[in-house]
Amino acid sequence: MLRLKINGREHVIEQTLDESTPLLWVLRDQLGLVGTKFGCGGGFCGACTVHINGAPTRSCQLRAADMADLEVTTIEGLAGPDGRLHPLQQAWIDHDVPQCGYCQAGQLMSAAALLREKPQPSDADIDAAMSGNLCRCGTYTRIRKAIHSAAAAGRRRT
Amino acid sequence: MNARLEPLTDHSVAALMRQAEGHGSVMPVSRREFLTVSALAGGGMLVMLGTRGVAQAPPGGGPPGAPRPVQSLAPNAFIRIEPDGAIRILSARPDIGQGIKTSSAMTIAEELDADWSRVTVEQAPVDASIYGSQNVGGSRSTPMSWDPLRRCGATARALLVAAAAQSWGVPVPECRTAASVVTHVPSGRQLGYGELASRAAALPPPDPASLSLKPRSEYRIVGTPVASVDNRSIVTGMPLYAMDVRLPNLRYAALLRAPALRAIPVSGNYAEVKRLPGVRDVFTIEGAGNGGGEAIAAVAVIADSTWAAFTARNALKVQWDRSKASTDSWSQAGRRARELAKTRGSQVLRSDGDVNAAFASAQRTVEGFYSYPFLSHATLEPQVTTAWMHDGGIEMWAPAQTVDVARPWIAQLLGLPLEKVTVHLPRIGGGFGRRLMYDFMTEAALVAKRVDGPVKLVWSREDDLQYDYYRVGGFHALKGAVDAQGKLSAWQNHFISFSADGTSPASGGNMEPAEFPLGALANVHLSQTLLPLRTRTGPWRAPRSNGLAFPSQSFIHELAVAARRDHVEFLLELFAGMPQSSGQGLDPARAAAVIRLAAEKSGWGKKVPRGRGRGMAFYFSHAGHFAEVAEVSVDAQRKLTVHRVTVAGDIGLIVNPLGAEQQVQGSVIDGLSAMMGQRITFEGGAVQQTNFGDYPLLRIAATPVIDVHFVRSDAAPTGVGEPALPPLAPAVCNAIFAATGVRVRELPLSLAGYSA
Ligand code: FES
Ligand code: FES
Repeated sequence: MLRLKINGREHVIEQTLDESTPLLWVLRDQLGLVGTKFGCGGGFCGACTVHINGAPTRSCQLRAADMADLEVTTIEGLAGPDGRLHPLQQAWIDHDVPQCGYCQAGQLMSAAALLREKPQPSDADIDAAMSGNLCRCGTYTRIRKAIHSAAAAGRRRT
Repeated sequence: MNARLEPLTDHSVAALMRQAEGHGSVMPVSRREFLTVSALAGGGMLVMLGTRGVAQAPPGGGPPGAPRPVQSLAPNAFIRIEPDGAIRILSARPDIGQGIKTSSAMTIAEELDADWSRVTVEQAPVDASIYGSQNVGGSRSTPMSWDPLRRCGATARALLVAAAAQSWGVPVPECRTAASVVTHVPSGRQLGYGELASRAAALPPPDPASLSLKPRSEYRIVGTPVASVDNRSIVTGMPLYAMDVRLPNLRYAALLRAPALRAIPVSGNYAEVKRLPGVRDVFTIEGAGNGGGEAIAAVAVIADSTWAAFTARNALKVQWDRSKASTDSWSQAGRRARELAKTRGSQVLRSDGDVNAAFASAQRTVEGFYSYPFLSHATLEPQVTTAWMHDGGIEMWAPAQTVDVARPWIAQLLGLPLEKVTVHLPRIGGGFGRRLMYDFMTEAALVAKRVDGPVKLVWSREDDLQYDYYRVGGFHALKGAVDAQGKLSAWQNHFISFSADGTSPASGGNMEPAEFPLGALANVHLSQTLLPLRTRTGPWRAPRSNGLAFPSQSFIHELAVAARRDHVEFLLELFAGMPQSSGQGLDPARAAAVIRLAAEKSGWGKKVPRGRGRGMAFYFSHAGHFAEVAEVSVDAQRKLTVHRVTVAGDIGLIVNPLGAEQQVQGSVIDGLSAMMGQRITFEGGAVQQTNFGDYPLLRIAATPVIDVHFVRSDAAPTGVGEPALPPLAPAVCNAIFAATGVRVRELPLSLAGYSA
């Protein structure tokens, strides 16, 4: 049995799992949180990015069994509990970032962690924080724009 | 602009189809497209736009003994006008990320004269309980085109106007429409579409010949920037993709495929693997089908989770009979091509004028041997299909673009009547040509036959890179001349490509005799040699052109340099002398216009910052004219920085500028990604690349500024997903030459030590 805290909720997995099972597949296959995507399984693409205690991490490279005492946040938990979108999600919509959309959950999780660390990131900050997230469709130009615009929206609010 | 996405409630395609069929009258809007109109149960009107289809032969010829093509009526879109004036457009076809669903809805709404803020465009979700049994062949191979979409909107509008005129007892010509309202001009009376919808649904269909379409000056929706209608569900992580399908008692399958095509599993540690935790079954599947639907011989593992299936698959030890297996070798092909390059090639594809005489009298001649590699599609969503045999049929969820081909094939494979094959079409996590194939559906069907309940076949990234239908590599031995006036006077190309059957070139590995610049020159010799190949090939973004543009547009630059001429001037001179009809739809005036626009916007001819170089390339493909200018610098370690790419394109009228710009940005990044470090190599019939570690995608830091411009055009809109890609590689290589004096003739750039 495995207990996980995901998006502020306790989840219990009754099934016995191989202890090597990555968090990614527990999220997707056991818990039905399929917003976190499988792109490579090798730590290359970042499609599987989630937050572990706030830090962006590739869930295909983490053993679910090691997550017991940690806070996991997935794309399903990025918006507020009232359904209010995270400023980045809104910026992604406004700037029409997605093409096929498959990489975007991972992109958003990396960007959200960046803005928490650096509310006003420079281009170099964006390059560094987002370099682990591949997009096959080539949406990088708009990702950069959307991060800047979400940062600007944050500036206006404070 | 407010195209929102709302959750579906009663919008199952099957239910909508039943309703649309209830009315009976089928109005043609084109040779293949038709409309039906019916009244909605609670008031309002339902219009279905569909395709009257005959299934086409699959790419690659289709399975032997394939069933006869079927007549089918496939819905493409439904338009619901609710009594409260809300207009809902539901797409029954998958979106692969090219934004076609959004631009189609814009086109319909324009001619309908709809209030766009009341229009919602909906994505059919993956959830089977909502989507119902969608037994349709959503045909992506015949995309809805500009005219039928407009006629669809105009027909609905004509019915609404007729309903208003009837209720006022006034003649139709006295009525006008704007933003979902019909106005009787003389009296100023008004009725909204919602109020008119039920009445309109009961009227006889208008005579198609009487429909009038809007002049472009009156467009209010087409040509404005609209964000994709699926964005909200994407950014909140909704289950949209085939990879996200979940069903009760779902099992998971992974395949260990033959290490080389046509190898056959002989024996293995199946019993041992079957005892691993979470594993339900292990069995072999024979190869089946061919062309785009070919399943390779494999050993299948069925397990309780994807991870258990992957782990058990990796524990398989299988002995293969390789006596009939492919022994394809990329390194040998390269060596053979270099030898052949010294010859002129036996199969002549085109011969105009006298190249030898032109070479003899040339001021300068130039020779260059160019090559480009095989490429994988590497869609970020790996191939995946869920299949479930139940109630005497099969139900499938697949990222499929050619369902009208795949369905009859699956029916034949399983010995089922066509109506017993149900295919659901979720959103697709990237296409680039890969999803025109349906090998993953064949595999899933063969697996599902052996599993009690639904089973999801998931490809790992390694599977995806190693069992693709690759963009075919190629070699070009070029020789060209410039005359005493500095004009391009002769062009000779021995094109070395591949063939599976010894006579016809591999998919994407052919050259048309009119390929630019061949139609623009007086002295041309084009010949071809085909090397044997068993590795699977298929269409990849901008098929054919994605390879051919690099050698030809680099070589034109080589000749411009040899003639000591400005590249832009040299290119424009080619078009000045080119007859209108010599290049498969290439229009010399449109070509010259995009070249001039790219030159102007990029500052061509002006000083470049120190250490940088600018390079230009033009290409015409997929009905689009594109010119691109790259500005680059290269440091002492050959780190390449692409600072800026200026794109000028002509794709006719632009329906959605936001979507069009996005496709161009994507094409530039895709082109750069491929040329920097991507190549698929194979030895002993086996592909050597394994994951994104050795098949790298471009990262955000290496992304240039991309400056996109479109020529204003009234020509009918053409696709923008492909034609911006081909000019990118030659533009960058020409810029590298301008910056450093080093000519690149082999891709990817990483082979010569360049890095991003
Ligand atoms: S799926 Fe985890 S990094 Fe690619
Ligand atoms: S949007 Fe398709 S992979 Fe990023």
